[in-house]
Amino acid sequence: MSSLTLSDLRKSYGKTEVLKGIDLEIASGEFIVFVGPSGCGKSTTLRLIAGLEDVSVGEINIGGRVVNNLEPRDRDIAMVFQNYAIYPHMTVKKNIAFGLRTSKLSKPEKEARIREVVQILDMEDLLDRRPNQLSGGQRQRVAIGRAMVRNPAVFLFDEPLSNLDAQLRTQMRLEIKKLHQRIQNTVVFVTHDQVEAMTMADRIVIMKDGHIQQVGTPEELYRNPVNIFVAQFIGAPSMNMLSASVRDGRVMLGDMALPISAANLAEGMPLKAGLRPDDLMLNPADPLLEGHVTLREPLGPETLLYVETTLGEVILRAPGKNPPEVGEVVKMGALAENIHLFDALTGEVVK
Amino acid sequence: MTATDIRPSSDTLLTTKAPVKRSYGQYIRWLLLFLGGIAMVMPIAWMISTSLKWPHEVYNLKLIPDEPTIENYTYVLEDGRFYGWFMNSIIIAVITTVSNILFDSLVGYTLCKFKFPGRYIIFIAILSTLMIPTEMLVIPWYIMSQNFGWLDTYWGIMFPGLMTAFGTFLMKQFFETVPDDFLEAARIDGLNELQIWWSVAMPLVKPALAALAIFVFLGNWTAFIWPLIVTNSPEMYTVPVGLSGFGDEADVAWELIMTGAAISTIPTLIVFIVFQRFIIRGVVMAGLKG
Repeated sequence: MSSLTLSDLRKSYGKTEVLKGIDLEIASGEFIVFVGPSGCGKSTTLRLIAGLEDVSVGEINIGGRVVNNLEPRDRDIAMVFQNYAIYPHMTVKKNIAFGLRTSKLSKPEKEARIREVVQILDMEDLLDRRPNQLSGGQRQRVAIGRAMVRNPAVFLFDEPLSNLDAQLRTQMRLEIKKLHQRIQNTVVFVTHDQVEAMTMADRIVIMKDGHIQQVGTPEELYRNPVNIFVAQFIGAPSMNMLSASVRDGRVMLGDMALPISAANLAEGMPLKAGLRPDDLMLNPADPLLEGHVTLREPLGPETLLYVETTLGEVILRAPGKNPPEVGEVVKMGALAENIHLFDALTGEVVK
Repeated sequence: MTATDIRPSSDTLLTTKAPVKRSYGQYIRWLLLFLGGIAMVMPIAWMISTSLKWPHEVYNLKLIPDEPTIENYTYVLEDGRFYGWFMNSIIIAVITTVSNILFDSLVGYTLCKFKFPGRYIIFIAILSTLMIPTEMLVIPWYIMSQNFGWLDTYWGIMFPGLMTAFGTFLMKQFFETVPDDFLEAARIDGLNELQIWWSVAMPLVKPALAALAIFVFLGNWTAFIWPLIVTNSPEMYTVPVGLSGFGDEADVAWELIMTGAAISTIPTLIVFIVFQRFIIRGVVMAGLKG
């Protein structure tokens, strides 16, 4: 268990800067998820922490030790890769034992360690199998076992679930979370899937174009996104964004005044109003929007409605029972506290 | 259950459907294949046939000898010289094969997996040596051997083939198929670069190593020009060089040459059978990994 600090971390390949100054403090035992679209620098950050790439500028500190110039093996980390990277020519047991090859433990200590890991991951029956005799989930478990056996200060996961099918992904997500609760090591987990980020993280780090956009608990990111990017990245379906503006000291959404104070906002300022599909209410007392349903997506407990309004298409999460029909005209509203306002030019939140 | 189980076998296809109409094109293709097969097998059949003939029967062009004999085999095996050549060939082919497997793959791996300035130029330089024919190199090799005192030694016979550009190229291409994740995982697990090459990368390219071993072994086993030039004393001859000298100046003893050739195909067959298994298994493994 160790804390992990990144200070002004930068990485350039030739003239292209892919990481543009990352500052982050990760507490000991914390489960941190890096999330963002591909090319945002999240995997690069992980590889810098692992020592697979050299840092261009900045400092990486693991457990109070600057590790910039240490080899991966001296950093007290372990990594699980997207395509598992378990060695096809070795049995499961050898794969797990491989992580201990260079350790200074005595042979019985190593054996005991392997047994412990195998027990935690419930792999007793698989020890003599080779990777090509395992399912995707089992392979991923072996990869996690190989990382666990070294009891590293920091676990690094590089999109470990993206090669699994949807059902298995959900299951492994739970297993990894349970595992973390049990062993309490610091975890840095990279994914492009916001659902994984929301469900697993103690804190989420959202990245874009080599910058951190926002760091916070899943709840904070969902409730108080700092910009349009974060607002739309977190949550599925993503937040509806409608053009708004400041007129006569009021925030106007089309012809409707939003129940929000326009103090501190310049007259004529272009805005974006963000409304989550689940914050929109059907046919409320004081509606803000009106439109006709163009498409329904029944999901069982709820139905997604695609509504064409004069301001553009809006997605709304309606109850699963007796939702409005396609073609029906519906009115929609939202509580003032659930309306997000962003500066349309900078994308930053203004309320 | 394998995927093939759910498909109808070729037998059922042939029996349940109406008789397949075969086109003339197909018959011509078969005919060509048949002729090709004959052309391949004939020299081997002829070699074995001649090795079983008496000297006076050698120019009798019958495939089955009138009076077959194993006299030639007893003669060749009892003649001490052949045994010596055979051992020379074995030693040279084995050492060269091991050397190629080690060094070709080490260089191929380095060129493939490490980024360093000039690596492309080095690769091109190595590849370009493939364009120089052996005949052109023989004289410089000879002068070099003479200056270093390598004439008529094992080292002299072996040194030009201890590493090959072809092997380096082959191994580099195969290492391209090894995902970097394996190497990075090993790096995090604490192996140094040489250990990663040996215990992670090499086992993953076994099929390529087997192919390389077959090529190199056969190439050195059958090599003729260079061993002929660099050796002077009959004790240093390899099998092909020694065999060519069977008989005297007036008369070439074909039946003995063919007997020696027949015996000397045995190690190549063994090498092929042993390593071929790895090649097939490699292909199967690659398929299962999906």
